[in-house]
Amino acid sequence: MQSSPQPQVKPRKTGKWWNDPKIRGIFYQVLAALAVAGFLWYITNNALTNMEKRGITTGFDFLSQPAGFGILQSLIDYTEADTYGRTFLVGLLNTVLVSVVGIFFATILGFIMGIARLSHNWLISKIATAYVEIFRNVPLLLQIFFWYFAVLQALPGARNSIEIGGSAFLSVRGLYIPRPVTEDGFGWVIAAFIAAIVLVIAYVKWDHKRQQETGQILPVFWPSVAMLIGLPLIVYWLAGSPMHWDYPELKRFNFAGGIRIIPEFMALLVALVIYTGTYIAETVRSGIEAISHGQTEAALALGLNNSQRLRLIIVPQAMRVIIPPLTNQYLNLTKNSSLATAIGYPDLVSVFAGTTLNQTGQAVEIILMTMAVYLTLSLTTSAFMNWYNKRIALVER
Amino acid sequence: MSKFKSLVTAVAAVGFMASTAAHAGATLDAVKKKGFVQCGVSTGLPGFSNPDEKGNWVGIDVDVCKGIAAAVLGDASKVKYVPLNAKERFTALQSGEVDVLSRNTTWTLTRDASLGLNFAGVTYYDGQGFLVSKDLGVSSAKELDGAAVCIQAGTTTELNLADYFRQNGMKYQPVVFDTSDQTVKGFEAGRCDVLTSDQSQLYALRLKLSNPSKAVILPEVISKEPLGPVVRQGDDEWFNIVKWSLFAQINAEEMGVTSANVDKMKSSNNPNIQRLLGTAGEMGKLLGLSNDWAYNIIKQVGNYGEMFERNVGQGSALKIQRGLNALWTQGGIQYAPPLR
Repeated sequence: MQSSPQPQVKPRKTGKWWNDPKIRGIFYQVLAALAVAGFLWYITNNALTNMEKRGITTGFDFLSQPAGFGILQSLIDYTEADTYGRTFLVGLLNTVLVSVVGIFFATILGFIMGIARLSHNWLISKIATAYVEIFRNVPLLLQIFFWYFAVLQALPGARNSIEIGGSAFLSVRGLYIPRPVTEDGFGWVIAAFIAAIVLVIAYVKWDHKRQQETGQILPVFWPSVAMLIGLPLIVYWLAGSPMHWDYPELKRFNFAGGIRIIPEFMALLVALVIYTGTYIAETVRSGIEAISHGQTEAALALGLNNSQRLRLIIVPQAMRVIIPPLTNQYLNLTKNSSLATAIGYPDLVSVFAGTTLNQTGQAVEIILMTMAVYLTLSLTTSAFMNWYNKRIALVER
Repeated sequence: MSKFKSLVTAVAAVGFMASTAAHAGATLDAVKKKGFVQCGVSTGLPGFSNPDEKGNWVGIDVDVCKGIAAAVLGDASKVKYVPLNAKERFTALQSGEVDVLSRNTTWTLTRDASLGLNFAGVTYYDGQGFLVSKDLGVSSAKELDGAAVCIQAGTTTELNLADYFRQNGMKYQPVVFDTSDQTVKGFEAGRCDVLTSDQSQLYALRLKLSNPSKAVILPEVISKEPLGPVVRQGDDEWFNIVKWSLFAQINAEEMGVTSANVDKMKSSNNPNIQRLLGTAGEMGKLLGLSNDWAYNIIKQVGNYGEMFERNVGQGSALKIQRGLNALWTQGGIQYAPPLR
């Protein structure tokens, strides 16, 4: 078949500019953007006018005024004399704390349960199934109430605490554990730990190279653990044990000293971990099941054992399926942590969008700030997971 | 639940954005049009606002709402109650979700000046106190150094507590709950050593304990807590109606007019009583109401003393003395401007 060479079609210069599809496209986009901006301006302006008319204070000046109320748990120094702005920070850090710790444990629990569901051991797989089905289908708020009111508030009072190992105490007031107090020379121990991390990385790299050259595999896990724990321990002993423990002590009302883990934190954390863990388990299971059985057979043919097969063949491929929905679960956990306010855990919603909002009455500003925080936290998590997803994605040739 | 609360606040915030400015008298017109008063009350505080076993709201704060309904609509039962926790209450009022907030709310400068609200009088003069378990062997609030304290979020109590402990050089752990019910639960479970709130509330909350005799209220009163109804700023007509409904009840007690004798009093020749009950003068008209407005309040709800005794005084389980809340003629500080 013969095809006549098509002459290059150039945009006709002769037409009117308003007939140019490109310019028209830009024109309509600008129009749409202006309409949206105009609408936003209108509602903001309307809100401000209305609030001014009703004599409601607006603006962000309140952030520098003294707060005057106490907060149960704070990761930074906080007293009643600090500002409302600082209560924002305190709440934010408490939200970040429970989210990060929650994500960490939920991931571990989810992976264990997800893999356990696929186990050939009937008992293990049924336990995992029961766990997923029970905790996935009960509303999270009820689970938080259950852990807080039914479990933790049923613990004995401070004076009849349950003693754990003679130095930790569990009661309705929370868990009190000894606090390490560092002395001069502890810096060496930290330095040793950092050195151990560097050594482990170097060892893994060397081992990898060696495997490429000789095909032999050296154990990695246990030597790494030994280095990470052993090296700092030896330095600690050489430096003359530059650390002592601050033990919790029963005072008139409460324990004093040590580290206090409040029951509100424990209840929220347990509920979030167990609830989100079910979804992660399902995600992991679906990821693994997505890998065709041929991969397992190929691994068996190569003579890999069970754990090698899972670690080297199945999980790395499954990760590509797992990561995107896993990101969703991380985001859910962060947002669900705002249920904290139901049991009085001092998170951002409880402290800032709760008490601070009520004491200042500046609902619009505070709710906007709070929403911005959750948006930022979620976008940050999302960006990190996208980066990770790209890194492990299949490189197509 | 808390998600819902944030939602309420957020929706209220959006409410500001969408609604147009109110004109004076708008609330009265709206109330007459819809035929009932929308009244913000607590989520359950015996004596003040609490549903009884049949589910009807009762209490001194509830009676204030009923009084307003009687004055405006001639029928004390035409009230719709919206239970609000301490955190939600002001936003609900600001956004127009309720017409009046009658929810044991303390009158302070900040609230009066920066929230766009007006306090319309004092229904109950209160002060903050401490409830502790008898087992602790504490006899004064000064011995509470290091204690864990249960409080309701978003109250003046939270601020007074911080001030009091700071002034006395003591430390404490605040355990903050959303509703007063939860604070009681926390106190009973031993999560905190002390429950702090307005004293009247402590009497009420003590009744909710499984064994009320095991807890004592410490003698210290650490603050002034004048509690009263609140309305939106910018609607002076409605502000006056709410204010004078309460004043009418206080004046009625002073004149000896009760729900039982109000019909007989209609033929009284005392000019004060005649003005109150609308048999002389045009007091109601000045407020934008009918002239028998105060008659309706007293006939259907009663005077201030009746309201007090029935809900929190000797006729109730709380058995609180009149104390500061007695009339000024009887050693208290309840005093209403003259009705003329």
